[in-house]
Amino acid sequence: MTTTTTGTTTGGTAVRAVGTAHSRVEGRDKVTGAARYAAEIPFTELAYGWLVLSTVTRGRISSVEDAPVLAMPGVLAVLHHGNAPRVDIDYVGMLGMRPDPTVAVFQHDRVPHAGWPVALVVAETSEQAREAAEALVVHYEEEPHDVAFSAGHADAYSMPGPAGPGVTGKGDLEAQLAASSFVLDAEYSTPEEHHNPMEPHAATAHWDGGRLEVVDSNQGTIWVAAELASLFSLDPASVHVRSEHVGGGFGSKGVRAHQVAAVMAATVLSRPVRVAMTRRQMFSLAGYRSPTTQRVRLGVDAAGRLLALEHSCLSLTSTVHEFIESGAGPARVMYDAPAHHTANRVVRLDVPSPTFMRAPGEAPGSFALESALDELAEKSGIDPIELRVRNEPEVGPVSGLPFSSRNLTACFREGARRFGWADRDPRPGLRREGRWLLGTGTAAASFFAGAAPSTAAATAEADGTFTVRINAADIGTGARTALTLVAADALQVPTDRVRVRIGDSDFGPAMIAGGSMGTRSWAWAVTAAAEELRERMALSDGIPPEGITVRSDTTAAVGALAQKERHSFGAQFAEVAVDVATGEVRVRRMLGIFAAGKIVNPLTARGQFTGGMIWGISMALHEEAVRDRNTGALYGADLAGYHVASNADVPLVEADWVDDPDPDDPVGIKGIGEIGIVGAAAAIANAVWHATGVRHRQLPIRPDRVIRADAHA
Amino acid sequence: MATAPPSTYSAVTLNINGEKHTLTVDHRTTLLDALRERLDMTGTKKGCDQGQCGACTVLLDKRRAVACLQLAVAAEGREITTIEGVAEGDRLHPVQQAFLDLDGYQCGYCTPGQICSAVAVIEEHAAGWPSAATDDVRPEAGPPPLTAEEIRERMSGNLCRCGAYVSIVQAVARAAEADARAAQDAPDTQGAPAAQGTEHEGAAA
Repeated sequence: MTTTTTGTTTGGTAVRAVGTAHSRVEGRDKVTGAARYAAEIPFTELAYGWLVLSTVTRGRISSVEDAPVLAMPGVLAVLHHGNAPRVDIDYVGMLGMRPDPTVAVFQHDRVPHAGWPVALVVAETSEQAREAAEALVVHYEEEPHDVAFSAGHADAYSMPGPAGPGVTGKGDLEAQLAASSFVLDAEYSTPEEHHNPMEPHAATAHWDGGRLEVVDSNQGTIWVAAELASLFSLDPASVHVRSEHVGGGFGSKGVRAHQVAAVMAATVLSRPVRVAMTRRQMFSLAGYRSPTTQRVRLGVDAAGRLLALEHSCLSLTSTVHEFIESGAGPARVMYDAPAHHTANRVVRLDVPSPTFMRAPGEAPGSFALESALDELAEKSGIDPIELRVRNEPEVGPVSGLPFSSRNLTACFREGARRFGWADRDPRPGLRREGRWLLGTGTAAASFFAGAAPSTAAATAEADGTFTVRINAADIGTGARTALTLVAADALQVPTDRVRVRIGDSDFGPAMIAGGSMGTRSWAWAVTAAAEELRERMALSDGIPPEGITVRSDTTAAVGALAQKERHSFGAQFAEVAVDVATGEVRVRRMLGIFAAGKIVNPLTARGQFTGGMIWGISMALHEEAVRDRNTGALYGADLAGYHVASNADVPLVEADWVDDPDPDDPVGIKGIGEIGIVGAAAAIANAVWHATGVRHRQLPIRPDRVIRADAHA
Repeated sequence: MATAPPSTYSAVTLNINGEKHTLTVDHRTTLLDALRERLDMTGTKKGCDQGQCGACTVLLDKRRAVACLQLAVAAEGREITTIEGVAEGDRLHPVQQAFLDLDGYQCGYCTPGQICSAVAVIEEHAAGWPSAATDDVRPEAGPPPLTAEEIRERMSGNLCRCGAYVSIVQAVARAAEADARAAQDAPDTQGAPAAQGTEHEGAAA
């Protein structure tokens, strides 16, 4: 910060809110049940919509037998492709992406995947809507489908994604591999994974005086408002989206079928309509992480310096929308080699559209790359941490740009000390405790650190308090609390004089809660507004009754950031116990040390890091959505069939951090939302190898796979 | 509703947080939907609507139950406690205070169910109920030490996708300690065993 004053003083000591633990400002509402989420805001004359999804995987709708359903008690409407309002999907959205046509519900008779929305039944009560939706008969002309995802699919093609170009390459790979002292060539795979935020997607739409009002659960109200305005060809100012409390998102809560269907029904019926996805519907409608198959080839010289690195990743997408899971992305940041080749490829199948899911690309990509590094460490006889330290690049391996900061080695040093790595015997399969084989593993983590333009407003109220308005979303990140701390410091007042309001599209453009960029982007705008407000207050003669309001816009400042490799880094450590007779794998402890910028609120940040690491446990051992090749649909698409880590699966997981303020950010923030999961599954898989001597290159490490692998070992 | 055959509706009186609510419900209405959509008591959350996630955990006659698998008409005559009834007026229940202070949540959506569950866990444990993590399940062994492992096992009916389990366990342990101290301080009650906190555990060596 550029201010020269010392901030709030208590007993003559300067106190800064940023960097001190602060319980959530909305915490009391959350522990008493007073916090209202999207489906919990009351509306008079509310009607309930229930989505009907296709029961076939590919084909055409030949008829929707809506007459019997319309005669059922309480049913108000059945919307389908024959009668629904038209929407426009020929636009590029706020994030520079074209919309997933899945959101353009009821526009045609084609069914491109299982669980495609074919109708919305609206009724006076949710019970009536649900029964009518289940009673609705839809006839299809079924066509053959292809959902078979496998390595080397003939139709795969490369495309750019969040991690940059589809393919990068330098140097002669085969020559460098031939010159290497030790070579690794291995294939890895990760399954289809689903976000499953605890709060299902839900929206209530209604028209109020010519304005479309939507109460929704999303990761950015301005984002959803802009998409709805484009879809329905409305003036953006006439769409108002609110999202006060959001029960998790993890990448799944953008514009989705439920908001669009709710707006259609509210328009047709001229009354408020709520559409909530069921948990099972979320498995078709909310997006997911594509399965991946990956191949990694590495070669090192006798000193452990990489001569060759190749990482290729294949993922899938739907036939209606292009989305790529850029698993080869981490290699472009983590390690350099004279021959360095990466490729992200995708194949289109008759499946729902995948989307961003916590650490897209990095989560599956780091599993493969960091497992491969561990295998190479084993082959070359070099300690896994030492191997990584010897391969710390000076500049971005692909970009050639300098790193804004790169404190990976500090993370490993601190983590190794606290985890007790120095005493580790690297040989596998030696430690036994009763029926358990014990092992430890480590892996590196990185995630892109960025900022996006945002606007904020700061108001000095006549009563001496301050109100900050910014279109942030708190999806569990603690953003509302973090921004309160940031604003208090910038205003140089105690936090209890600052009220931060978020989640309202009328507050103006701002970054979404995504890409680990939310809090940094919003904090920048809040800091700019608050600092200018202080200057204005210094020049003004008291606060007028209407207060003094200052608006900020960080577009120019963010745009002026020099081109650099900007990332958070981390070191993951895990200890596991494996019973090779039952195949059970238990994580006994985990430690993550991160270099992830200035930590605004240690209390909530620790939970965000450990929450990500627990996603890593879940990814390593539990999560797997299995698609039936015959039906094209998922087996057991619910929380009984799709396992996420429960409390008993999770040991004491600790996270801490090294000092690593971002030199180019006003607050020093980098972003912490995603890095916790990166490398976590690899650390666990590496520990399973250390325990058993068996490599698991296919996630999740299920009991049956442990048993079979041990039998073959 | 007027168009529905009257035989599919019944008048019920639900005893919720010590207050009686009389309403006419569709026989298909779950206790969860009656709370959320009819009584505007939205603290009880709908995470899966099929008994798999625990977000809708309430207490029925002081026992844990998922409100999504309970029909409202079948809840008549039961003593129903929801998250709105856990605090005493403005004074938070020790479990609520511990969740708030130790950040036992992130998005907050599973939190009411976690807290209702934790309140019952502490009582079940103090009453000597064993769990799958209990080593000695003989009735005469009494309540087992409320270790982190015991808490994890007993709280595993409540999923938290944000992964706040570490601080949830710490919050339940802290509230259980406060509860045990209160029981020891109170006259004419047998002292419940002091809960063992999680401080002795370490991810570091």
